[in-house]
Amino acid sequence: MSVEYRKKILKYIYKAKAGHTGGSLSCVDILNVLYNDTMNVGPENFSSDDRDRYIQSKGHTVEALFVVLADKGFFPESDLETLCQYKSHYIGHPTRKVHGVEQNTGALGHGLSLSVGTAISAKLDDKDFRVFTLLGDGELPEGSNWEAALTASHYKLDNLCAVIDCNGLQISGPTAEVCNTEPLDAKFEAFGWSVRHVDGHNLKELQDTFAALPFEPGKPSMVIAHTVKGKGVSYMENELKWHHGVPSAEQYELAMEELGGVL
Amino acid sequence: MKKYTYTEKKDTRSGFGAGMTELGQENDNVVALCADLVGSLKLAPFIKENPDRFFQCGISEANMIGLSAGLTIGGKIPFATTFANFATGRVYDQIRQSVAYSNKNVKICASHAGITLGEDGATHQILEDIGMMRMLPGMTVINPCDYNQTKAATKAIADFEGPVYLRFGRPVVPIFTDPDQKFEIGKAWMVNEGKDVSIFATGHLVWEAIQAGEMLEKEGIDAEIINIHTIKPLDEEAILKSVRKTGCAVSAEEHNRLGGLGDSIAQVLVKNQLVPQEYVAVDDSFGESGTPEKLMEKYGLTAKDIVAAAKRAIERKS
Ligand SMILES: Cc1ncc(C[n+]2csc(CCOP(=O)(O)OP(=O)(O)O)c2C)c(N)n1
Ligand SMILES: [Mg+2]
Repeated sequence: MSVEYRKKILKYIYKAKAGHTGGSLSCVDILNVLYNDTMNVGPENFSSDDRDRYIQSKGHTVEALFVVLADKGFFPESDLETLCQYKSHYIGHPTRKVHGVEQNTGALGHGLSLSVGTAISAKLDDKDFRVFTLLGDGELPEGSNWEAALTASHYKLDNLCAVIDCNGLQISGPTAEVCNTEPLDAKFEAFGWSVRHVDGHNLKELQDTFAALPFEPGKPSMVIAHTVKGKGVSYMENELKWHHGVPSAEQYELAMEELGGVL
Repeated sequence: MKKYTYTEKKDTRSGFGAGMTELGQENDNVVALCADLVGSLKLAPFIKENPDRFFQCGISEANMIGLSAGLTIGGKIPFATTFANFATGRVYDQIRQSVAYSNKNVKICASHAGITLGEDGATHQILEDIGMMRMLPGMTVINPCDYNQTKAATKAIADFEGPVYLRFGRPVVPIFTDPDQKFEIGKAWMVNEGKDVSIFATGHLVWEAIQAGEMLEKEGIDAEIINIHTIKPLDEEAILKSVRKTGCAVSAEEHNRLGGLGDSIAQVLVKNQLVPQEYVAVDDSFGESGTPEKLMEKYGLTAKDIVAAAKRAIERKS
């Protein structure tokens, strides 16, 4: 578990009095492994055409992305003191005004198409870079995802890896009750993807899974990451209200204590 | 200047929710749909009382509009609800083909319109929706000014046959209209009679216009203020009658200056009665994060901006 990242996510959400807490805590281990182990991207090669690309479809959990980008050295972490504030570039969704962000996202259901387009462009130019995207489980009913899924297998995009942050919750309730999308693996397999399940909080498992990319030559890869919304803070885990809940002073202290003390 | 006061502020989306609750009790044909934002749209009481008449579509807005159009066949009156950008831009073709062109009795009900939703920033802040919706033949476009008016409008559109776009928002704003008002679609509401300048405002900028009217009065300027809650069909008669008296106009809206209320009024003036007009609107830009107050100030949508625009309009009269 990426404890320091979790503390920073909470710190800046608490400061901003805004943000998407639960979904940031559910995806941060995935981002940790992608940025620190799997992907060839950092401030040193961000202007190189050969860098790996990351596009966050579930843009609302931008806090997890910002904290990881800061740690990678894309910008000073202190910039996040202005998160969601008037005139700050660090707004509530990914924007290319922030160094390290590839694509503006926030309206759900856009990331997979964007990633498929990026992966096609790599193939066109015979480039070796890979494309990674992170989807929410709640955003899967957007039809554009399924249109993009078809295109990805049609063009045999084995340089594309999509990760679903399967935390089982969205805004209005459990994903299974709001709009059931299961069985996800069978659906994506039928759409021509190679699918693996992983514990989305087990760093070693995530590393090994991404190290095995592409899962099958000639097919796009799908990682169904089983996660817990609010992971790491007991009272936030699996609780609907922490989708964009902001902790009170006491709750903040309690959370930090659970995570091993204030930063 | 007629006095307007308020004792309470509320979000207009809560007015929508209250209207839906009453509709649920009064009209069996009303059904509601939502795309994973029932809390934001204040639909909980409607869903509780009418679980069979609520359809949770999940995050699939295009699908929701298509479903709504389908539900009209057989006499249902679907209220399709989500945030304003996902209710319009995201699903424009579904609205165009399946709702407007097919003249379906669908009510598209959109919260979080404009920049004042705050922290979420530009991806969620739509400033083009009035323009897109009013360009569709046969679409009625309504942007009420406060909680009471939003509630009344919600109920009125259920009785009206045809596609409607109802726009409301997240910030809390003063409640200054009558709780028992009758909402007349397409009929402008005279807020204050005056003779020096006509201020046409829509949505919560009507309150800003009232504040502006009071500030102008102190400087000896007598402003006429008209609430254009229905942008389409536009009450051309009320607009022309007013400018023929005052000789100049200000339009005020939480929308891009392109395509919204200002342009709607300009078209009427150009064709019938050329008088100077000044716009209070967002100057062709995307939004950003911030509190509603800060954003209103930065994007020039406050009473002060209306005052300045009124003076410019008056100046240009001669
Ligand atoms: C097109 C679109 N519709 C609605 C929303 C509002 N919204 C933001 S987050 C969210 C729920 C997302 O759930 P999920 O994808 O499961 O994300 P997570 O659980 O990881 O936070 C919704 C409905 C949006 N951002 N975009
Ligand atoms: Mg989820």
